[in-house]
Amino acid sequence: MTTPKVISRNATSSELDTDYKWGFEIDIESDLAPKGLSEEIVRLISAKKEEPEWLLEWRLKAYRHWLKLKQEAPTWANVKYPPIDYQDIYFYAAPKVDAPKSMDEVDPEILEAFAKLGIPLQEQERLAGVAVDAVLDSASVATTYKATLEKHGVIFCPISEAVREHPDLVQKYLGSVVPYADNFYATLNSAVFSDGSFVYIPKGVRCPMELMTYFRINQADSGQFERTLIIAEEGAYVSYLEGCTAPARKSHQLHAAVVELVALDNAEIKYSTLQNWFPGDKDGVGGVYNFVTKRGIAHKNAKISWTQVETGSAITWKYPSVILDGDNSVGEFYSVALVNNHQQADTGTKMIHKGKNTRSTIVAKGISAGKGNATYRGLVKVLASADGAKNFTQCDSLLVGDKCGAHTVPYIEVKNPTAQMEHEASTSKVSDDQLFYCQQRGMSVEDAHFMIINGFCRGIFQELPFEFAMEASQLLKVSLEGAVG
Amino acid sequence: MAAAAKGTQPLLTIKGLTASAGDLEILKGIDLEVYAGEVHAIMGPNGSGKSTLANVLAGRPDYKVTGGSVLFEGQDILKLEPEIRARMGLFLAFQYPLELPGVRAWQFLKAGVDARRVHNGEEEMSAREFDQMLKAKVEQVQIDPDLVKRAVNEGFSGGEKKRNEILQMAVLEPKLALLDETDSGLDIDALRIVSDGVNLLRSPENAVILVTHYQRILNYITPNQVHVLYDGRIVRSGGPELAHELEEKGYDWIKEAVDAGV
Repeated sequence: MTTPKVISRNATSSELDTDYKWGFEIDIESDLAPKGLSEEIVRLISAKKEEPEWLLEWRLKAYRHWLKLKQEAPTWANVKYPPIDYQDIYFYAAPKVDAPKSMDEVDPEILEAFAKLGIPLQEQERLAGVAVDAVLDSASVATTYKATLEKHGVIFCPISEAVREHPDLVQKYLGSVVPYADNFYATLNSAVFSDGSFVYIPKGVRCPMELMTYFRINQADSGQFERTLIIAEEGAYVSYLEGCTAPARKSHQLHAAVVELVALDNAEIKYSTLQNWFPGDKDGVGGVYNFVTKRGIAHKNAKISWTQVETGSAITWKYPSVILDGDNSVGEFYSVALVNNHQQADTGTKMIHKGKNTRSTIVAKGISAGKGNATYRGLVKVLASADGAKNFTQCDSLLVGDKCGAHTVPYIEVKNPTAQMEHEASTSKVSDDQLFYCQQRGMSVEDAHFMIINGFCRGIFQELPFEFAMEASQLLKVSLEGAVG
Repeated sequence: MAAAAKGTQPLLTIKGLTASAGDLEILKGIDLEVYAGEVHAIMGPNGSGKSTLANVLAGRPDYKVTGGSVLFEGQDILKLEPEIRARMGLFLAFQYPLELPGVRAWQFLKAGVDARRVHNGEEEMSAREFDQMLKAKVEQVQIDPDLVKRAVNEGFSGGEKKRNEILQMAVLEPKLALLDETDSGLDIDALRIVSDGVNLLRSPENAVILVTHYQRILNYITPNQVHVLYDGRIVRSGGPELAHELEEKGYDWIKEAVDAGV
């Protein structure tokens, strides 16, 4: 049995000499808007995508709100980086090709590039059974299995297409979970968002295959501002996975995405992420700033489950959250965050309990190696209305070496006396004795580290769709290279 | 008693081995020859250096070898990494086996088996073959099959950890097994399981060095030779009767004799 190598690929060429195996550039001409952010750019993006007036207005409201924020990005996270010059970023970069009407029309250059990344866009290839939306910089370049999905009434398409084809759905739900004024980066995204995926699962439908979006930043000095919206109607089910990589460039690249999930009564959304943006080289040069807002709303008896494996990016700032709005709704957050070299991660979740008998589970595993710094930051909030709410939180940190850091910052706010909260936390180190034990059984120091770290993450990998659990484990291994041994 | 094929090359030859932990010299000149087919018991009072000897042979980084040589099948192993020694067929049953949270015993053992096979120029074992082999070994050493489904030693009792060491030994089929006080802290049933495991493994092709404080385990495993370690040196060697003598008289008479220069 062969394992699908979803995010694996050997390097060809890149600006930096690094071990990052996805660092090559795709040689394709881009349609670039001028650098910098202005009302004209917002209007241009909207025009490029042939958007209706309401959406342009929404973008402009966001842009004006963002101006009021005076470039004051939030500073409460435990990450350090120099101020970002927003006038030095391309806010729109799209491959210079016409939007393909079918898979046959997709530019062979792009097909080859994605194949190199391990994402064959030909249906019935290695990823048979997984529908893929491939997003290159600001544009979706291909979506597979659309016909199969349509038979079940499932809509899986670029959000720009959804704006044209399903405007009512987009207008109803866009910004309903993450409003444009939510936070600095979400506001920025609302003004300039380019592409991303749109998923709609009709009432009572169980989506017949895994859906996956693969995000690739290619253009130098460009930001990626994708927006994803997933709607599961009553009793619907969908499992969705996103993967991401970027070329190894010397300058930092900004990725400020927004993901909104809407799970209506009795629906279930399982959202998995393998985040492998370029982390920078071993001296901390380059790397993606990953500042992401992800949130879902769970209505009555609905369930939203976030699983994330975060190994990439120079800085990760994200808190996939669930608003447990309906009675008996369930929220889950399973996370592995690995930092190596100079990477920084401040990540966690928010579980907001509003409905009665709502339940949430948080299991966060942080691995710090090299000079990396990982922080778990989480909020569990039980509102007065949430009778019988329950939360279980477990935060474990594993240290590899003695120059890294692990931090845990849990916030708990309970306004209902019937709530039950459990919180467990641990910090451990891969001990010399454990390593010797493995060595004595024949393993190299490197393999021993890998085995111990994999064991540490086991509970999380089990939450991933089967096809990707192995991939996640491999991703950890390559991300740790150089940190151990 | 198994007649060792003297005259052939010893499996293990230790000459003038000295080793320290930090500034403290612990082994002060050990000489020992072990042939395939033999079981040697190393006994001695607390702090005599028994466990140090076993761990130095396995290459534990906490100790520094300051002199002497150790030949394993004729090859000097003192400069080799612990994993290379392991792959060559040297096994240490730990006095305090480590817990590896989340690491499945199955995966752990297969990694060990495959490392050896690759070292010997063989293919890795197929999952199916390994499954069958592991199942047979679990039956052979009579350990609870559930233990191999759990993470390595995680939440195991002291006795379960020791039994698990014996299972690992059975699976890895070492040429030389070093048992570092595997008998300590075991109740009589566990002691029997551990002893049965060692006896099962015993063959003309391999050897066992049994480091123990107590004579008790030697009621179940008959050694070819018994050595008494005191203050970093082997001060007495003999047959199984030496162990009985120690059982009767304790270690004081040896200490006195050595300290008096006899």
